[in-house]
Amino acid sequence: MANLIKSTRGLDIAIGGAADKVLHSYVLSDVVAIVPDHYHAITPKMLVKEGDVVKAGTPIFYNKAVESMKFVSPVSGKVLAVNRGERRKILSITIERDKETVYETFKTASLETLKGEEVKATLLSAGLWPYIKQRPYDVIANPDIAPKAIFISAFDSAPLAPSSEFVLSKQMDDFQKGLDALAKLTPGKVHLAVRNVTKLYEGLKNVEINHYQGPHPIGNVGVQINKINPINKGEVVWTIHAHDVLFIGRLFNKGIVDLKRKIALTGPEVTSPAYYETITGCQIDKLILGKVTSNVTHRYICGNVLTGLKASGKSYLDPYSTQITVIKEGNDVHEMFGWAMPRFNKFSTSGTYFTGIMSKVFGVKNFDFDARIMGGKRSIIMSGEYDKVLPMDILPEFLIKAMIVGNIDKMEALGAYEIAPEDVALCEFVCTSKLPLQQIVRDSLDIMRTELE
Amino acid sequence: MNALKNLVDKVKPHFEKGGKLEKFHSVFDGFETFLFVPNTTSKRGTHIHDAIDSKRTMVMVIIALIPALLFGMYNTGYQHFLAIGQQVSFLDTFIFGALAVLPLIVVAYGVGLGIEFIVAQIKGHEIQEGFLVSGMLIPLIVPIDTPLWMVGVATAFAVVFAKEVFGGTGMNIFNVALVTRAFLFFAYPTYMSGDVVWVRTSDTFGLGAGNVVDAYAGATPLGQVATSATTDVNLVNIIKEPISFIDGFIGLIPGSVGETSTLAILIGAALLLITRIASWKTMFSVFAGGALMALVFNTWGPDTAAAHFPWYNHLVFGGFAFGAVFMATDPVTSARTETGKWIYGALIGAMAIIIRVLNPGYPEGMMLAILLLNIFAPLIDYYVVEANIKSRLKRAKTN
Repeated sequence: MANLIKSTRGLDIAIGGAADKVLHSYVLSDVVAIVPDHYHAITPKMLVKEGDVVKAGTPIFYNKAVESMKFVSPVSGKVLAVNRGERRKILSITIERDKETVYETFKTASLETLKGEEVKATLLSAGLWPYIKQRPYDVIANPDIAPKAIFISAFDSAPLAPSSEFVLSKQMDDFQKGLDALAKLTPGKVHLAVRNVTKLYEGLKNVEINHYQGPHPIGNVGVQINKINPINKGEVVWTIHAHDVLFIGRLFNKGIVDLKRKIALTGPEVTSPAYYETITGCQIDKLILGKVTSNVTHRYICGNVLTGLKASGKSYLDPYSTQITVIKEGNDVHEMFGWAMPRFNKFSTSGTYFTGIMSKVFGVKNFDFDARIMGGKRSIIMSGEYDKVLPMDILPEFLIKAMIVGNIDKMEALGAYEIAPEDVALCEFVCTSKLPLQQIVRDSLDIMRTELE
Repeated sequence: MNALKNLVDKVKPHFEKGGKLEKFHSVFDGFETFLFVPNTTSKRGTHIHDAIDSKRTMVMVIIALIPALLFGMYNTGYQHFLAIGQQVSFLDTFIFGALAVLPLIVVAYGVGLGIEFIVAQIKGHEIQEGFLVSGMLIPLIVPIDTPLWMVGVATAFAVVFAKEVFGGTGMNIFNVALVTRAFLFFAYPTYMSGDVVWVRTSDTFGLGAGNVVDAYAGATPLGQVATSATTDVNLVNIIKEPISFIDGFIGLIPGSVGETSTLAILIGAALLLITRIASWKTMFSVFAGGALMALVFNTWGPDTAAAHFPWYNHLVFGGFAFGAVFMATDPVTSARTETGKWIYGALIGAMAIIIRVLNPGYPEGMMLAILLLNIFAPLIDYYVVEANIKSRLKRAKTN
């Protein structure tokens, strides 16, 4: 196999509720919403007001810092409300959708004749740009700086993540077109990461395929970049989720913004985990009601259990999520002397629980999980915990400490350009001291960005 | 269980801000989280967490110390009755030892936890569990006849000046239990060295009264090595019967309470390694570094008894094994990089033997070796981290 990259560091968490490869019919709530907070580090400026009629693809707001960067309506319909909070911050824009979607049409000369700049302009005005992210800082890509490479991971190794093969199959035309468009945006290569040998990706053009083996987070682009073409100071790499490449493909194939996606409804509290077709901005209740267990308090998560956003039934599917996970909340559990009990049903990477024996000898595949932190926050005590689950050439503990004290020079020297919050999600999971590592990384990257840009 | 939960919930408001007992909030919180796993759920970040927490980590270390503790209790009684020449049952021997050791444990925990509670309340943070381990280590590394007030003073000094002033558990530079031991050693040298403190010759709470036998001499094996006039020392126990490697391994010899039995310590080591709480790299490299250094002295060393003391004996007599398993592996004061752990451990082992062999004043070197390397651990890490930084810079230049 060409370009096989193996890793042994990492962790596959044994949690039940992976989605069956069954696609249910199209589900969408009557009201959809766009939430500016779902896009990190942008300042929205409204382009529509209450009562306006919009099509799928009509710009709703733009980014104050980059005016050409538009954020568009995923459906056609009427703007119900622009909800504002303190200091007139825009919380959400709700749109009552039409029965039949009307699409805004975009001029699409054949892609082959377009230049990179034209592709970029099209993506920006069609509202697909926000799906392209950049490292360093893990924010929406700055369109003015060409990246040295673009990385796409065609597999997600996170717990219960949807199968990209299942989602992408039958849409390979759009996928290829998306890749063609992306290839025009970089002077370097477009890297596609693949786990299994399948026919699906054979014959893809304009892309370099690398194979990966190992436990989560091997599917994270951050790890893949670190293995293939690490980011040095002053360099920029773009990343985009494989499923979002389809949106770009559809734009150049059909001239419309079609944000339909197959999401996986997963988790131990989902009665029959499967795939559903829906659209960004769909209300969560519409996707979940009647499909989860009763008698327990649930936690809804847009995304996976490690990096997802906490959601309620009334909130809306965020643009980046490719799955919804439902677990127990667990705030009604009071375990007496839990820290001293054997707790056979608990999952732990430490040897202080029986996780190893239970899973290897008794074949347990779904341990008991809930949203409790299960311990108090402490200073970092144990060493070497983070290294075991972060297969990058980085010393995570020292990077985190530099971030906690706000030492930007040290962060830079220790590899902060290469890291995104999602890369330390497993570190946060295993942390004995229960530190909010993703938050620490997010805040530090934001500080670095304001200081250095 | 429900009744207890209701009781806790009922008294809780008194300890909250504005309640009449708010000054005891940290203590209450400590007991509440001790009784029930906190039900706080994550708000951002990962939604599920590994079930390990610092309480469980610390309690595992305490469990790992139990074999050494129980053996230490038995050995205390055994040495006592050997010294006074009485033959008593296993149970009587153990009870005598247990009664002798318990006050040490009570004093160490009482003083240390008391300070910990007060500091937690002043700083307004949760009670940290670090002292649960330190408080168990302290009784195990002091001679049995250490006056209790000395243990109390030394513990207070160590907790305040080796831990709390640095910011509490996780921030300390020196191993707290070893600072206690070092304080005792340097503040009360007349009590702590020589041959009189290692075996309890008097009675304990009226039990086991008797006079020592004529042949009695309370020197530890390493003490005998240090004071030997010839290069070839014949080790003896406290009533002048010869002892060998296997006695050192089993541990029915005089010494600090928990350090004598390498066997009991290795049982604890096994638990620490299975639970992955201690680093096998550190532990292994301490033994390897010590063995290698002792071998060097055996081959090329000066003409002294200590230099000619066989390398395998160095590993089982004195506090070497105890230090390697329970002290060197303290994650907070040890090197924290994986490469650093090899260097850190090997240097502790080597340094302990160097002090034993070349220092004329004190037969044991483990305590000072670990404290010395506690100072150097950040430096070792610094160079490992620097190497990572340099490779990243180099990569930037070559591209």
